[in-house]
Amino acid sequence: MIKEVDKQNFKKIIKEKECVVVDFYANWCGPCKMLRPILEEIASQYPEISFVSIDVDKEDELSREYGIYSIPCLILFKNGLEEKRVVGLKSKDELKELLGDK
Amino acid sequence: MYDIIIIGGGIAGLTSALYASRAGKSVLVLEEASYGGAIINTLDIANYPGISHISGYELATNLYEQVKELKVSIVNEKALKIKNMRNKKQVITKNNVYEGKAIILATGRNNRKLGLLHEDELIGKGLSYCATCDGAFYRGKVVSVVGGGNTALEDALYLSTIAKEVYLIHRRDTFRGDDITINLLKKKDNVHFIFNSTISKFKITDHRLSGIVIKNSQEETILVDALFVAIGREPKNEIVKNLVKLDDNGYIIINQKCHTNIKGIFAAGDNCRKSLYQLVTATSDGAIAAEEAVLYLNKKKG
Repeated sequence: MIKEVDKQNFKKIIKEKECVVVDFYANWCGPCKMLRPILEEIASQYPEISFVSIDVDKEDELSREYGIYSIPCLILFKNGLEEKRVVGLKSKDELKELLGDK
Repeated sequence: MYDIIIIGGGIAGLTSALYASRAGKSVLVLEEASYGGAIINTLDIANYPGISHISGYELATNLYEQVKELKVSIVNEKALKIKNMRNKKQVITKNNVYEGKAIILATGRNNRKLGLLHEDELIGKGLSYCATCDGAFYRGKVVSVVGGGNTALEDALYLSTIAKEVYLIHRRDTFRGDDITINLLKKKDNVHFIFNSTISKFKITDHRLSGIVIKNSQEETILVDALFVAIGREPKNEIVKNLVKLDDNGYIIINQKCHTNIKGIFAAGDNCRKSLYQLVTATSDGAIAAEEAVLYLNKKKG
């Protein structure tokens, strides 16, 4: 399961584990919906990584803070700092590459 | 060995799978990313007969579920090469070789890129190929659209309701779009037309797009928060360009029965040369290609 986070708990959550993947999405975004099951499958294969999501419509401030201008946007945080980001619908293999050296 | 291998899990490919499977054939669908194809970016489909309104995601998911019920194999692998052999066809992916008796090519299209330096790295950082997807992030900002067809015009019109200013850049002096949209755009105070111009460079500040360099008789820089590229689409026929006959624009040449010039290889959907690129023609192609592939297999069996 990919947990929904908000402004209140976000800063704490991205430091909870060494690596955290944040999925910036919106309910009206088709590619975001396509990405979700792929992400859930990957999440089950990487128990050491936290996977969370942010609804950009609800979390305007966070979206602006992280400069989200296109969704789906996945950001990989390492020790609370942005390490990598990918924009757009990706295949399972491409996402594994993002996490590859973790 | 599968009876039919379908390359591409968009609307055309999945419709082919539906028809072929219902005709009793074993079917494999190879899809590189996720099912649905281009339609998943459409928020509201209003011209699909019998359905007043549906999102692209919902329609694609319904079709996917319908196909899944038929025990079609759907595999998320990218086809890298196709071999046409005497009695079978092979489709090669990174880790596997699949064999089939017939093939349906339904790979679809990609957005055409400008081909400028730093284009890929600016995606999501000010550069977008989908105004309806990303436009909402630019409320009150200055944006630009490049292109001269209906997509560019509709993008500019949509963005004019969100952004502060919209620059529409086109390499010719007239648009190739509907008069209705052009007239609506002309009435908008915040839409500015820049004709006979191309974009030659991106201006980048802090890893984000901050402006575009416009070239006509001279060069000028416009500061913008976003550029929406709407210069058309191109067929994804790279892997079949030495296999089947393509037209000058890279589209597969098919006859009315969705046959390519190679026996046992059929094509359906946006990667084919045709006059109308719509959902209804994708489903139509998909059904015809499947029926023809089934006929081909039945004849072969003799």
